[in-house]
Amino acid sequence: MATSDEFRKQLETLRPYLLRYASLQLRDAAAAEDAVQEALVAALAGEASFAGRANLRTWLTGILKHKIVDAIRRQAREPVVSAEADEEVGDIDELFTERGHWNERPAAWGNPDGALEQSQFFRALELCLARLPGRTAQAFMMREHLGLETGEICKELDITPTHCWVMLYRARMALRECLQQTWFGK
Amino acid sequence: MKLLSCKETTRLVSQGLDRELAFGERVALRVHFAICLGCRRASRQMEFLRRAVRELPGRP
Repeated sequence: MATSDEFRKQLETLRPYLLRYASLQLRDAAAAEDAVQEALVAALAGEASFAGRANLRTWLTGILKHKIVDAIRRQAREPVVSAEADEEVGDIDELFTERGHWNERPAAWGNPDGALEQSQFFRALELCLARLPGRTAQAFMMREHLGLETGEICKELDITPTHCWVMLYRARMALRECLQQTWFGK
Repeated sequence: MKLLSCKETTRLVSQGLDRELAFGERVALRVHFAICLGCRRASRQMEFLRRAVRELPGRP
């Protein structure tokens, strides 16, 4: 079956968005390009299976998600740069006093789910994610976006469960600080 | 029972999103939440983060 030019064009318009989405999770421009390319090729071959679905972007994101998981698994087999293994996010210690109390009590976010209706909120979230160190962001996205279990994340990133929990904790604390500053505190 | 600091509480809240907490850990969290507004907020905010990141990339 010949792919319609119309369909091909629609896919191309989504490429910048797909690249942004893949870069967030792979932290490597070349790997992100590859994953997007693979997803687009798969999408072109699968035009028939798209027929009738409401949202091209959602369908395409679903395909790309699988390609990203594949890419992460490939990356995991490559040697890890050791300097990255112990990367630190900001510093959690700065948030607390020596006795472990908040230096500054977290502010209320009201009804934060209202933000999920706003595209600007997701831009702010992406910017906050981009500020995290690469492997921390990757572990966080594997856990919270791709929904992988910690056991698998540890295996793919070749770290212990304890290290994995610490990374996820640091990511969550850094992200809530960042969103407080760039979104909820405004 | 050992009382948790806010730092220990947030660490445990985060772990609760990644593994099943033990009974004692859950009790310790409840006790702390009862007296600490900041940690109740931080806990809700971490849960919100999960919902938000699942929805990425959001609306076009």
